[in-house]
Amino acid sequence: MNKLQKKILVILLLLCLITPVGILLPAFFNAGDAWGEWSAQTVKELVGYVPKGLAKYSDLWKAPIPDYNVKKTDRSIIHKSGYYIVSGILGATITYVVMLLISKLIVRHGE
Amino acid sequence: MHIPDGYLSPQTYIPLFGVFVTVTAVAIKKVKKEVSARNIPYLGMAAAFAFIVMMFNLPIPGGTTGHAVGSAVISIIFGPWAAMLAVSVALIIQAFIFGDGGITAIGANCFNMAVFMPFTAYYIFRLICRNTKRISKVSFAAFISGYISLVMAAILTAVEFGIQPLIASAPDGKALYCPYNLSIAVPAMAIEHIFLFGIVEGIITAIVVNFFLKTEPTLIYAFRNSDKNE
Repeated sequence: MNKLQKKILVILLLLCLITPVGILLPAFFNAGDAWGEWSAQTVKELVGYVPKGLAKYSDLWKAPIPDYNVKKTDRSIIHKSGYYIVSGILGATITYVVMLLISKLIVRHGE
Repeated sequence: MHIPDGYLSPQTYIPLFGVFVTVTAVAIKKVKKEVSARNIPYLGMAAAFAFIVMMFNLPIPGGTTGHAVGSAVISIIFGPWAAMLAVSVALIIQAFIFGDGGITAIGANCFNMAVFMPFTAYYIFRLICRNTKRISKVSFAAFISGYISLVMAAILTAVEFGIQPLIASAPDGKALYCPYNLSIAVPAMAIEHIFLFGIVEGIITAIVVNFFLKTEPTLIYAFRNSDKNE
């Protein structure tokens, strides 16, 4: 790994450490879900009913760490920020490794 | 912009999944030709970068949230085909591990943010930049490329949401999937991306392209490619 690549990795790690900005800012400005990413319950509040297909599919997949939050019941914003950083580092590392492996399988020239 | 499960009808997500798989097959061939082995670590970092950038949710005060994607800058620096693969990996991991974006919507989400967006960004950048490497022009091109590509990807996403009531409704007229039509979805998503998230994508694109222009300009795909074509 060359100098620039090491530098980028450090920058990525620093970015992971400040990811809680991504939950603190929305909380501070009282902003909710992204448009079109509401839970079935929220859709019911918005339009008065849960569309049948949405009800059928919305719980199709149980993600191990939903919403980048390790412990859903923990409402403390400080703890949430901690979980968010852990999720960020974990997710970014998995993404990095998977992309690395895929690239190694695909690219074979220029060794 | 991560469409969850249940918002798209099978008539929408199955064809988009087909398009995504087809483009992936082409991207694998292209990346095999274009990328040299010593640049592999960069592709891993690009994918991780996209993953992290999308965690920075930004608020519309009192309203919704949204975020930049990072596709534009990855596309300019490593090429649209490599960007396609890198951003897709990030999106698929977000869906499976973090429940961000639906499993049935993986094809749609990858098409919007990992296919449509990087290609749009790349061609806008090339169109504005031509062959100049002047820093002010490059920064401007990078900003516009990030800005427009994210806004257009958001509008594309909104169209996919908005056509659902037309495609599939229950006999009583109630929607089966996304309940909002085009006249609500498109303005809602366009406006928030035009006024906030697109600007942030533009700034990120300009900053990172500048960083590479100063530290490792030979790496930048958009310039390497233009040199070849001369």
